[in-house]
Amino acid sequence: MLAVTFTGATHAAAPGLSGVEGKIQYCEDCHGSSAQGYRGFVPIPRLAGQQPEYLMNQLRAFVEGRRPNSIMSNVAHVLSPAMMHALTARFSKLNPRPLGGAPTRNVARGKTIFQDGDPGANVAACAACHGPDAHGHDEVPRLAGQLYPYIIKALTHWSQERGRIPSRPDTSAIMEPVAHSLTRPQVEAVAAYLSTLR
Amino acid sequence: MKRNKLTIAVLAIMSFVAPAWAGGPGNVDVRNCTWCHGPSAQGYAPAPRLAGQRAQYIFNQLSSFNAHARDNPFSKIYMWPAAANLSPGAAHYLAVYLSSVPPKAAEDGNPALVGLGRAIYQGGVPDANVAACAACHGPRAQGVGEIPRLGGLAFAYLQGRLEQWREGYDASALHPMPHVARQLSSQQIAALASYLSFIK
Repeated sequence: MLAVTFTGATHAAAPGLSGVEGKIQYCEDCHGSSAQGYRGFVPIPRLAGQQPEYLMNQLRAFVEGRRPNSIMSNVAHVLSPAMMHALTARFSKLNPRPLGGAPTRNVARGKTIFQDGDPGANVAACAACHGPDAHGHDEVPRLAGQLYPYIIKALTHWSQERGRIPSRPDTSAIMEPVAHSLTRPQVEAVAAYLSTLR
Repeated sequence: MKRNKLTIAVLAIMSFVAPAWAGGPGNVDVRNCTWCHGPSAQGYAPAPRLAGQRAQYIFNQLSSFNAHARDNPFSKIYMWPAAANLSPGAAHYLAVYLSSVPPKAAEDGNPALVGLGRAIYQGGVPDANVAACAACHGPRAQGVGEIPRLGGLAFAYLQGRLEQWREGYDASALHPMPHVARQLSSQQIAALASYLSFIK
């Protein structure tokens, strides 16, 4: 009975197992063989261990144009909701070592900014939302182990890359003033710290 | 991954103890390359253009020939012996020198396939799980770091490299190329090779 149900599902709404496996490998072609991220021509983010709700929101943001990115828009457009759920569930369960490769001299400074913020510059503690272990929750992303150049690119281009449909505001609006307040050295320090976390 | 870190480390060390050979085209190791790869390293017949290629990529390929990992027939016949007695210092010198020679585009692909090739290169084929080449090789196919420049390489070389991965050669190449090539049809490979051959 179970087998019949499963076979039926592969031909109807839910994507087949081989369909999910093929798509996982396709994602990992760019995001790294264990979804640990990869430094391509642009930094390609780590997906491993990411919050599934965050990944779902980003895939929808690529489709809707809230997050303009021609390659990821192409990728996300052909994914059914069932496939998106299957992929995000799988990636959220992976836990490879961080890719690494960031400069180490600013890690301590980055830790202070992440855990305590910079009250004088109106920068909130990142840990307040992303959690003291930087693992995130729901639509708030995990940052632990994320690529150093990816975090830098995200924080220094925040308002160009996120929340681009004003009539459809999303959670990215919360980060806009924070990203704006951080200085470049602070961004580099936080990125270096996060890239080391498991 | 380990091998990668090692080669990067070797490159870093070698850049501090650069050999004091006479530089340029007259260097004996450079002459050994240009016998086959053309007098200004622009490629000749099956031997690919090396001019303008990324230094780290050239170094990694020489290591790969030396370790007999890149194992397609021409590599075995020509490049295994050519790389057999190359010291890391000599390989580093060749990589840096060849990367500095200005490249010329082969422009020898099929012009009718350029549009299809551009679409695959820039956007991938999401329904067929073909990743967009541009994400790693760059919007102008210029490459970066250990990721090779593809723009302007000869049609036959580009086509052959992708076909060889599909046939199972060079299976230990850096993730993800052996897998990516297996997602491509022969026509898609011909289209990519055509498009890339015209990029300057």
